Order: sequence, then structure tokens, then C-alpha cells
Amino acid sequence: MADAAPPSKSRDLDKLLLRPGNLVGPTFDPGVQLRDDLQEYARVLVVGAGGLGCELLKDLALSGFKNLEVIDMDRIEVTNLNRQFLFRLEDVGKPKAEVAAKRVMERISGVNIVPHFCRIEDKDIGFYNDFNIIALGLDSIEARSYINAVACSFLEYDSDDNPREETMKPMVDGGTEGFKGHARVIVPGVTPCFECTIWLFPPQVKFPLCTLAETPRNAAHCIEYAHLIKWDEVHSGKAFDPDNPDHMKWVYEEAVKRAELFGIPGVTYSLTQGVVKNIIPAIASTNAIISAACTLETLKIASGCSKTLSNYLTYNGVEGLHTKVTEFVKDNDCLVCGPGVLIELDTTVTLKKFIDMLEEHPKLLMTKASITYHGKNLYMQAPPVLEEMTRSNLELPLYDLMDKIPKDVLHATGMVDKGNRKSSGLRKLRVVFKGIDGVTDMDMAGGA
Amino acid sequence: MIRLFKVKEKQKELAENAKGGSPIKKQTAGELRLHKDISELNLPKSCSISFPNGKDDLMNFEVSIRPDEGYYVGGTFLFSFQVSSTYPHEAPKVKCKTKVYHPNIDLEGNVCLNILREDWKPVLNINTVIYGLYHLFTEPNYEDPLNHDAAAVLRDSPKVFESNVRRAMYGGYVGQTYFTRCM
Repeated sequence: MADAAPPSKSRDLDKLLLRPGNLVGPTFDPGVQLRDDLQEYARVLVVGAGGLGCELLKDLALSGFKNLEVIDMDRIEVTNLNRQFLFRLEDVGKPKAEVAAKRVMERISGVNIVPHFCRIEDKDIGFYNDFNIIALGLDSIEARSYINAVACSFLEYDSDDNPREETMKPMVDGGTEGFKGHARVIVPGVTPCFECTIWLFPPQVKFPLCTLAETPRNAAHCIEYAHLIKWDEVHSGKAFDPDNPDHMKWVYEEAVKRAELFGIPGVTYSLTQGVVKNIIPAIASTNAIISAACTLETLKIASGCSKTLSNYLTYNGVEGLHTKVTEFVKDNDCLVCGPGVLIELDTTVTLKKFIDMLEEHPKLLMTKASITYHGKNLYMQAPPVLEEMTRSNLELPLYDLMDKIPKDVLHATGMVDKGNRKSSGLRKLRVVFKGIDGVTDMDMAGGA
Repeated sequence: MIRLFKVKEKQKELAENAKGGSPIKKQTAGELRLHKDISELNLPKSCSISFPNGKDDLMNFEVSIRPDEGYYVGGTFLFSFQVSSTYPHEAPKVKCKTKVYHPNIDLEGNVCLNILREDWKPVLNINTVIYGLYHLFTEPNYEDPLNHDAAAVLRDSPKVFESNVRRAMYGGYVGQTYFTRCM
């Protein structure tokens, strides 16, 4: 029997992209053009090149995405090697982003990955706007909050408070912890953003300082005593650096002494690292599962080949296997992704007049408002020391205080009416200055 | 689903008018919530707040407490507050900058206050933390000690505790430790 041609590399992808189906997205257009467009035009950023990042790069490259970039500020450590499979022993010490990019490009032909060895905050906002989809393989709330704020800052609303589709920057966020993980799809303006659902996080585990000082009962108490209390007593002034092995060793030895004093078993060096750095041992299979889910969602968003999961998948492999998708709802009052309240103003309106206007505005009814704009406190009602420092701004035009930008977002906090009760509220305001765009149009008409 | 043909158009357009984006300072949701807490501060006369880095840095500030009753009346105690960008998910970090003889404050300035650690909830705010700190001076307690010597003295001989506190506030030795004057 004659040998058939070897199966095409995109055989599996073709099943999704070249033929119609009944779960496809509303504008899905199957065909070779779609598959080629995906390769040529789709640009995806992978944030993080660790446990999830390595898997994501591999999965995305194999799923037809050829323009990838990856950003990570860390270097490879030996403890990464059990799951960050792109790295080898001889890579320890090198930047994760660079090694990961290199290895995937070596193994998968046609893919181009640009590594960025730096902090996510070091990049211009414009950098993030260049991508169609951002895939997150992060390990902290702060980092997720930051990227979420950046992606949601591109979102614009029209005058009917509807989100404008072309300004939506979809994100796919994955997270893992031991045998558990999550994958979620965030489309700013449509699904809840990261801040909308921040209440999902349980409170952090913090031991009372007096328990640590007087009545430790377990190994973690002994470790935290050495870390939080004994360190300052002996090294006052010097900051504890969790990435410094000598510091960690010192904490471990002190924790052992403390444990012996109180007859508590179980203090080990690896537990010390875990407690101090809040580490839970990572498992390769969890990372693989979550990355696969994230990659699939990225493919769906980019191609429309299927409806995306809506919108939060949780996975628990502690005993057997459980996975569920929950549809969380967007918070309309969200400070990060919500429309806020649209306010149109003349460029002559002073800050004082603006604050007075907020009292009358039907959607706000906010009294005693304090105003903040891009981190600058324009006016603070309290405490007295800040009120004095910001009082002089009241007479200035808001347009000037906002650096003469035709439209932007600022935030107001004050007392709002909630039915018959007054309580404190924080509101996002979309300020648009009238007449600015008009001037531009006239200029162009004149020049034509 | 992103419409790829629109993406193609946009990329050409962007290439034509390449705009250099300057990093605008991003204000985190935590900073906004802190702004709200600060603008609603309602402090008693015994507490005052200052912002060493100016009016635009609300994440680092100092609170000065002058108890008007109890063992510590007349003393002035300075606390430093450091608020992280994940506020209010994480409690503010508070340290006592004044060396004080107190059962719940150690000599390094660590403060044992439940709402700063295990009982912190995002519904709490800066006002409640400051009231909690004030409370430490009006009602020191020997049951959750960071300074076990002071706690023992308070428990066993309140009169001796009172005189130790005064000696420390005026400037002097209590046991082997020297306290600078804070009145």
C-alpha cells in the first residue's frame, strides 16, 4: 500500500479552523485564510516564564500562534527544574524569559518569540496595547492587579455607557497552587475584571505577634518568630531578604533553637522557605492542565472557533478530579473596568465648581467630595493637614489640573445618598471637556 | 472573538502613526481605596497625622498619638504606616517609632494589635487602625504580651507599672533598658 503523505503539522488545528460547527462564535469564518491570519496577525503576550509561562509558550506555539512575546523579571533557580521544563541545570542563573524563548524557538519551527527580561511595570503602557491577547502566568495578586489595570485602561465607553468593542483587550489568566488551579477569561467591559472579583480571595493567614512571641504551638510559629521578631532584634536596620540564602539559613537556625525550647517538632529548611516566602510546592501536571485551558481559550478568542468558557474555571485534583466553570458577573461600579459616570465640562470650570456640581449630578449626589487624578490628590476634604495643602487648587480650572487633556478618568470620594441613608462612596468619573474636539475639526476643515 | 481583519487594519494604521506612549502613573485600586479612607479620616484630638512625602503619597504616613488619660497620659508616641498596593486585602504595616515601655509593644517597635494581623478585614480602614492604637495606650493588656517583663509587672504590681511607665516617658532606665524622653 502506498504511504500516505505524512500528516500535516496543523492536522488537529485544521479540525477546529477549517470547518464549521455548532459551537462556533458568531463571526467565525472557517478556512485556510483564518489559519494563516492567526499565524501572521495574532500577537499574544505571555506574562511570566515560570511554571505556567513555560507551558503556555509551548502550548501557544503548537496551537498556531507564531508571534509571541514573553516577559519575566526572574532568573532560573534549581528548584524550578521539576516543572519549568524548558530549563536545564546549566541554565540556572540565566533570565527565564530569554531561555524559554530560545528553547521553544529551537523546537517549534516558524514561531518567533521575543523575550523581555524586566519587570512588568518597566514597560510603557503602549507596549501592552500592541498585543491582541494577554495570557497571564503570574504568581501574585499585585502583578495580576497591575496587568488588569493596564488592560482595562484601554477600554473606552461611548456616550451611552456601552463598552467599545475595538478597545477591549482580552486576557486569559491562569493560576495554580499545589493540586488546585484556575483559568479565567477576562474581557474588559463584558466579563468581570480581576478587581470585580477581588473579594473571592480569602484573608491571608497571619499569626498574632504575641503568639509568636509567647506561646508558639507549631513549627510555622517558630519560623515566623525568627523571621518577624528575632531578625529585627539581632539585625536591627538591615532588611530581611527572602532571596538571600544566608538570611534564610539564619532564620532556619533560629527557628530550630526556638522549636527546641518549646519542644515543637517539624522545623525543616524547606518548611522555613515555604512559610517565609509563602510557597506551596508546585506540581507540573497542575500547571500543564491550567495552561492547556488558557491556551484553548486564547485560541477560541483569536479565531472564534468555539464559544469561550464563561468565565471562571476552577480545578481541584487533591482527591480525584473536580472542575467547574462559574459565570461571575461584572461589577458596574468597578473602579477599574466600570464605565464610571460621564461628566461633560467647559474648560473654564474650576475644581471648586466641579466639586459642587457633583452634589447635583443625578447619578452621583455626592457631597464633600475629595478628588484624585492619576495619583495626584487635587483636593482632600480631610485630614486638616491635607485640606490645607490642596486648598489652593480649588480656584484653578479643572482642565489645567488635568494637564489640558481633552478627556480622562478621575476618581471622587465623598458622601453619597443611598435611598434615605448617606454613606461613603468612591466613584469613577469620565470627564470630557466640551469644545476641544470641535476646535480640531474646524482646523482640519480650514486646511482642506 | 477578535476580528482579525480589523486587527490587520489597525496594525497598518498604528504603523503609520506610531505613537510613543509615555508611562502614565497607574493608580491601583488599593491606592484609590486608601484615598477614600484618608479623605474620611475622623481623628480624635489626641491623634494627628502627617505625610512626610507630600500630599500625593498617601501610602507612607505617620500618626502621632498623645493619650489624654491612663498610664501614658502626657506622652507622645509616633507610629509609621506603610500601606501596600494590595490594600485593603493586606493590612497596613504599622511600627512604633518611639521607644516605649508597654506590654503590647516591643523594643523594636512591633505592635501586637489583632486587627493589624489575624483579625484584619478589608472592611476595616485607617480610622479603625488608629483608634485601635489609641486603645493600646488607654487599656494596655498583659494577656497578649510582646514585652513579657512589662506585662508581668502590669499584672502583678500595677503601681510599679505606673511608675515604670512614667520613668520611661520622662527619660530614664527601667531595668537594663534606657528610654528616651517622649513628653
